[in-house]
Amino acid sequence: MNFIKFKRVVVSGCRNFKRSGFTSVASILIMTITLFVITSLIFIQAALNASLNEIKDKVDVTVYFVPNASEDSILNIKESLEKLPEVKDIEFVSEDQALIDFKEKHANDYLTLQALEELGENPLGASLNIRAKDPSQYESISKYFESENTISRGELMIIDKIDYSQNKMVIDRLTSIINGAKQLGFAVSLILVLISLIITFSTVKLIIYISREEIGVMKLVGAGGGYIRGPFIVSGIIVGIMASIATIIIFIPVSIWLGNQMTEFIGINLFTYYKSNFLQLLIIMLGSGTIIGGISSFFAVHKYLKK
Amino acid sequence: MIYFNNVTKKYSDNVCLEDINITISQGEFVSIVGHSGAGKTTLTKLILAEEDPSQGSIFFDSMDITKLSSKELTKLRRKIGTVFQDFRLLPNKTVYENIAFAMEAVDKEEDEIKEDVPRVLELVGLKGKENNFPHQLSGGEKQRLAIARAIITQPDIIIADEPTGNLDPINTNDVVNLLKKINELGTTVILTTHNRTVIDQVKKRVITLENGRVVRDDKDGKYML
Repeated sequence: MNFIKFKRVVVSGCRNFKRSGFTSVASILIMTITLFVITSLIFIQAALNASLNEIKDKVDVTVYFVPNASEDSILNIKESLEKLPEVKDIEFVSEDQALIDFKEKHANDYLTLQALEELGENPLGASLNIRAKDPSQYESISKYFESENTISRGELMIIDKIDYSQNKMVIDRLTSIINGAKQLGFAVSLILVLISLIITFSTVKLIIYISREEIGVMKLVGAGGGYIRGPFIVSGIIVGIMASIATIIIFIPVSIWLGNQMTEFIGINLFTYYKSNFLQLLIIMLGSGTIIGGISSFFAVHKYLKK
Repeated sequence: MIYFNNVTKKYSDNVCLEDINITISQGEFVSIVGHSGAGKTTLTKLILAEEDPSQGSIFFDSMDITKLSSKELTKLRRKIGTVFQDFRLLPNKTVYENIAFAMEAVDKEEDEIKEDVPRVLELVGLKGKENNFPHQLSGGEKQRLAIARAIITQPDIIIADEPTGNLDPINTNDVVNLLKKINELGTTVILTTHNRTVIDQVKKRVITLENGRVVRDDKDGKYML
């Protein structure tokens, strides 16, 4: 297609879009709904990931040491644990810190505090709070302590208990919930996107069905396939661009509202997320809008170009 | 120029045209007459390759048009101008754009379009209506626009399918005179009609169809049904 033909197709497509009035508005509306669904799903995925990360952060395995265990030995264990690929970070809580934390936790429990006073010495041991990169990896971390090759007998003696087996059920359940939520989220997203795509394709098909006689006339005056199809594709792309702009604008108040109302509940401020990912979201919307608009017009016209 | 060789067209069991053998030469003005349902429109659709014959073949010059690819079909249609009873204009384009579109479709230069379109509009009496849309025109004006569009690319042949069907006698007269003038300039014209006045006014070759068959082919046309 040479430049003059390309120019004619673009001008004709823009003119058709402008003159089609109601049908153009209807297509923009339908396309905006599709893009709204796609963007909402991106938001939901972001919110879901933020909530899951927050929950994951709250899960840890604590290794309690016997009182008076040497700090050097504990730090040795910490060091060797840090070399494990599954470990995200380890927090060392000393005996003194454990006592302070305990007192703070039981500040209103007079009896317990009095019993602690009567003991005269610190009955609490130091501990290591281990966080894994993924909840499913806690089991392998806890197994590390069961293996004789990895840890010396002397070091093993100072370990009082590991709370993994007590937390195992909760961790396992959480792991399966997280995985389930991810899979369900993906499946629901896929279905919703498919439904909205089908609706958009059908709308474009219907609009071009209205123009089928016009396409017939164009064929009769000897216009080639590309020259007939071109303006419809250009109109489809304009619809996509307009719908992307509409969606971008709609999401400004929506994300502000969600940011104000839902940040506590979902764990991230969606307005901040929208602002920081604006360019990326804009490209996704413009890209999906123009591709959906262009491709659906291409296929809808194709049917009427045969013979 | 156009040659129908034993052409039959059926829609399932309904026979529309049967065993048609016609030859139309360059520069002829041929009127095809017949009652509604006689097969006149089907005949024009076959020449335009909008429909394929069930049997037989149709030649345009030496090309068998039943065997053309879609690209060759586009080229064939550029040699044919069409005028229909229902006008078939592009509703979203102005008078000027409707004609310019036909020129753009055959890759005419912008300068040529700017020069030729006003000239043809003057010829069909639509000067001053360039910016009107088809729905703002009367029936006669719409048909004159359709004729302007058909002749602007200087096709070898004009097919006019019941062009006066929706027009009053004065507009009918205008349209027939225009078609005669186009024919005098060398373009072959195929006109289908069931209007006695039109046939008597044209006084050229008349092919009469009845129940899908050619029952008469007169050199000096008379309306006999």
